[in-house]
Amino acid sequence: MQKLIQWVDDRLPIVDAWNKHLAKYYAPKNFNVWYFFGSLAMLVLVNQLVTGIWLTMSYNPSAEGAFASVEYIMRDVEWGWLLRYLHSTGASAFFIVVYLHMFRGLMYGSYQKPRELIWIFGMLIYLVLMAEAFMGYLLPWGQMSYWGAQVIVNLFGAIPVIGEDLSLWIRGDYLISGITLNRFFALHVVALPIVLLGLVVLHILALHEVGSNNPDGIDIKKNKDENGIPKDGIPFHPYYSVHDLLGVAVFFFIFFIVVFFFPEMGGLFLEKPNFEPANPLKTPAHIAPVWYFTPFYAMLRAVTIDLFGLPAKFWGVVVMGGAIAILFVLPWLDRSPVRSIRYKGWLSKIALAIFAVSFVILGYLGLVPATEGRTMVAQILTVLYFLYFILMPFYTRMEKTKPVPERVTG
Amino acid sequence: MRKLIFGLVFAVLPALGLAAGGAVPLDHIETDHTNKESLQRGVTLFTNYCMGCHSMEYARYKRVADDLGIPQELYEENLIFTGAKIGELMKNSMSKDMAAGWFGAPPPDLTLETRLRGESWVYSYLRGFYKDESRPLGVNNVVFPNVGMPHVMVELQGLCAVHPNVGVEASVEPLSGNINNGDLCPQYASEGSMTEAEFNQAMYDLTNFMSYMADPVRVERERLGIFVLIFVAIFFVFAYLLNREYWKDVH
Repeated sequence: MQKLIQWVDDRLPIVDAWNKHLAKYYAPKNFNVWYFFGSLAMLVLVNQLVTGIWLTMSYNPSAEGAFASVEYIMRDVEWGWLLRYLHSTGASAFFIVVYLHMFRGLMYGSYQKPRELIWIFGMLIYLVLMAEAFMGYLLPWGQMSYWGAQVIVNLFGAIPVIGEDLSLWIRGDYLISGITLNRFFALHVVALPIVLLGLVVLHILALHEVGSNNPDGIDIKKNKDENGIPKDGIPFHPYYSVHDLLGVAVFFFIFFIVVFFFPEMGGLFLEKPNFEPANPLKTPAHIAPVWYFTPFYAMLRAVTIDLFGLPAKFWGVVVMGGAIAILFVLPWLDRSPVRSIRYKGWLSKIALAIFAVSFVILGYLGLVPATEGRTMVAQILTVLYFLYFILMPFYTRMEKTKPVPERVTG
Repeated sequence: MRKLIFGLVFAVLPALGLAAGGAVPLDHIETDHTNKESLQRGVTLFTNYCMGCHSMEYARYKRVADDLGIPQELYEENLIFTGAKIGELMKNSMSKDMAAGWFGAPPPDLTLETRLRGESWVYSYLRGFYKDESRPLGVNNVVFPNVGMPHVMVELQGLCAVHPNVGVEASVEPLSGNINNGDLCPQYASEGSMTEAEFNQAMYDLTNFMSYMADPVRVERERLGIFVLIFVAIFFVFAYLLNREYWKDVH
């Protein structure tokens, strides 16, 4: 065995890679529960890839056969129901894990210098993940798949001058049809997963270049022992590999409760209208995207004013796009001398709390039909969402921060 | 062009019914896929009263026979009328185009109906028919107003002359001791062969069967789920001990 490793290592730097990324990658020893979600995102990604490959073997990407082939998988394919539920539950789990992973970054300032690129690659992953989920959602060819896609693709039509042609180009047809289904299938199973995997590699390479942040936001590389090893660092393997196993067990326990007992999750993970095949002549009474898009959908609907001769719908799309785009520049909005929320002032703490609550309530508002009162609440929350970012350069500089300790605190 | 307009009109009608259906109070039931007697009575009712018009085209006869404990020969002899082989999908003989001409819209496939509308909705709907001369088929439904479907089980239930008490709690008047809304139908226009209790049970069996058809793997899935969770729990114990062992030397 040793000889074989030596033989390969002479030709490919496997020992070097193993050490750089696992055995001699020194991670801070004070990771808390929020640090499970990175490895869990990897776990869910693998789940989606593996179950996705097997689903592809029995799925039929045509308007005539798609819906029936999903039921064929659910009924006639050996373990097909399990593959399908693992994949559909995995999609929602992916967003839960990624949202918590991103919130961790916000809390502990993991986007700050020198980790700006890690954050940007992460945001690109999030963006591709949304495209991946959106296209995957059309594939079962249910009523909500169809009309959800119709609504979202029509959003591009709101762009002045080129909008109508652009949405026509995306659909490949004058309405969502088998042609759209086919191209979404190709993008969902080939193109986007490749991009996603590439971005994940970049995300991790960038992370391992500068090292992990921690709940104290301290740079552990400042305190090294005589061998050049950070005093507060421990090798990722075995310490965090065994530690992450705990997270995996807890995650799987919750995940499998959903997969085996509540695969529809009360209509949140699998929506009821999707148990009826797509029908272009029958518009559902209430169209809502899946829960993980609803905060942005609520922002889209919150814009009700025509401005500068352009319709409200266009500005809604601008606001929705802006809500995601503004996350990209976050590293340059935070002017605080400290990273972690632990040592930031109360202004930052309140701002983060308001932001998180706004996002969750917007998510709820995007799920339910709009009323006048709800739209007003959504408008206020949309403003609060943006204020968190726009005011950040001011409140992070103004506030009094606490002194940061030299070494990590448990 | 006329065809297209008709198509559009009829396509919108059920949508309106669905929109109204959301606000209608329902009688709630819990289905039980382990109750094979109930499922067997359900498949009998479904085959005899529903399958003339409604298909279950995503499911196969054989799977139903096996899951419900019905011998395949018996199933073929008594529950397949179309000459289909037992391994085939449960399509029916009525053509969709002809059905659209007769009823305005083709009767929907019912394989997934309970997952689309809910079990309690189906149970309430089946018991919601009443006499209404203003409708082309002489009947209407409290759960699905202006429905295009006839009351196919009128020979079993009879025809209710007034709105049936669907989604209404029975109450006792404290002074007289009279029970209000205790019966499903307070007044019949014509009698059926079943008592009200028998009909309620029959509709429960039918809904239970449809619920099984929509999610045939439910019993097996929940049985397996228990073992999977036990496995993960045991895995957690070992992962915890392993983690504790390694982290001993981190201070």
